[in-house]
Amino acid sequence: MITASINSTTSQTQRHWLLRYKWLILRRTSQFSILSLFILSPMTDSWFIKGNLSSSLVLNSIPLTDPYLLIQSFFAGHSVTATVLIGTAIVSLFYLTVGGRVYCSWVCPVNIATDTAGWLRRKLKIKSASLFIKSTRYWLLGISFLLAFISGTLAWELVNPVTIIQRGLISGLWISALLLLVIFIFDLFMSRDAWCGHICPVGAFYSLFGRFGFVRISAYNRQDCDDCMDCYSVCPEQQVIKPVLKNTDNSPVITGINCTNCGRCIDVCDKNVFKVTNRFNHSTTSNEFHSQESFQ
Amino acid sequence: MSNTALSNTARRRFLIETARTVCGVSLVGFGLGVYSQNARSLSITSLRPPGALAEKDFLAACVRCGLCVQDCPYDILKLADIIDQAATGTPFFEARNIPCEMCEDIPCVKACPSNALDKSLTNIDDSRMGLAVLIDKETCLNFQGLRCDVCHRVCPLINEAITLEPIHNTRSKKHALFLPVVHSDKCTGCGKCEHACVLEQAAIKVLPVSVAKGQIGHHYRLGWKEKEKAGQSLVTPDSEHKYNLPEGLNYDHAGEGLVRD
Repeated sequence: MITASINSTTSQTQRHWLLRYKWLILRRTSQFSILSLFILSPMTDSWFIKGNLSSSLVLNSIPLTDPYLLIQSFFAGHSVTATVLIGTAIVSLFYLTVGGRVYCSWVCPVNIATDTAGWLRRKLKIKSASLFIKSTRYWLLGISFLLAFISGTLAWELVNPVTIIQRGLISGLWISALLLLVIFIFDLFMSRDAWCGHICPVGAFYSLFGRFGFVRISAYNRQDCDDCMDCYSVCPEQQVIKPVLKNTDNSPVITGINCTNCGRCIDVCDKNVFKVTNRFNHSTTSNEFHSQESFQ
Repeated sequence: MSNTALSNTARRRFLIETARTVCGVSLVGFGLGVYSQNARSLSITSLRPPGALAEKDFLAACVRCGLCVQDCPYDILKLADIIDQAATGTPFFEARNIPCEMCEDIPCVKACPSNALDKSLTNIDDSRMGLAVLIDKETCLNFQGLRCDVCHRVCPLINEAITLEPIHNTRSKKHALFLPVVHSDKCTGCGKCEHACVLEQAAIKVLPVSVAKGQIGHHYRLGWKEKEKAGQSLVTPDSEHKYNLPEGLNYDHAGEGLVRD
């Protein structure tokens, strides 16, 4: 399932392969661990974690709830309970710290399928025109809230592939889980990053957390960039790289809210342009950009 | 000049793409809206766990986390797969397959984080998952004069939720029929009776309460009940009938008849 782009033509890599896949391996480990914990906990009676990614209970004491579900439930007219509120607060604080779309790239199992589809698209050189604009997901996010309000039920959850797939994998509902294959094929042939990068309102919702996310990727060493385009070819949200990589007037920190903090750009860059840092660290390896004050 | 042309093209492109997206998303929204209305009623063979809110409220409250399912000690509940007869991801059970065991500590309700299963339910006998209805009297063995009685015997609230009411057997002219009768003030809808029914197709079925129960008009007043409530008749009592008799004569209603003083 580990995917990679090995279509670099401009730079012959000298780095150890572990360095070239470091963040990808960490991410897959995280995704599979979380999924395994949910699947195995009930089987072993250890009950480390119960429930699924919509709402869960850790060690029989700490509630966790997906804030997107809470807000839909709120719009549907249900009065929110303390348990759900605490669970949502914990989850929200976590994503405000690490960056909202860490949910997408480090937790959500759908990402494994869409990353694989993206990798296969590059391998098979499948090119198709982009059918969706990037803002489609925000329109759908709005629709999901509007429908909850009008219908008085969690209407979007009837068809939300993300929660259906997660639930299918965790509870062993195989027809639900099969939807993962549908999303894979969709991403493979429809257009690049079609689901996660254009349509998914769950990702759109978590993007909104990204506006304040503390952990960020920085192109701190952008002076070494040799325009190989490797980072663009692997990045699921290329539009976030452009403003920081070439425009030296800008801070090198990627602040685009759609950045998933997946770290693939760090992996693929042979010039070590990118690193993980915090949003307030505007330092670069060159002298071009000193004045951090202007960003605060 | 070329800059303006470029920005015009870009603007046109943006407007067209946005319009296209809004149209697409609206269509999806419309379809989903209609579907969500259709999906609002639970299939008649599916039952919600104890304490579940009314179906519409339940669909607003349930976060589809499956905690109730995982805490069910008898593996009765399951989460709806996309092809199941309940809203995707919501918990349900089918009484004919496996009925609710009615745990005294109600672990499923305790597990629910969002109060879709109402925490105010503390006595399982108060739960109303559905209502058993002896729906087919033509096949029920007890109605044929046999002493099957299985639904009555498996009922956790035997002689309260289901009683056997003897009536004369007009076919044999010398036996009794023992008719199972469900009492809605006691029946929890656990489904034990439907599960145990010995017929190929159960003659007694647990239905949603809203389907099983009739409702009397709010303006209806039943005289005998009003009388009980008020402690006396609400209409002026009839005055005792008097015969218009000549002086010295009376009429005794108790049987004496005409009485001369």
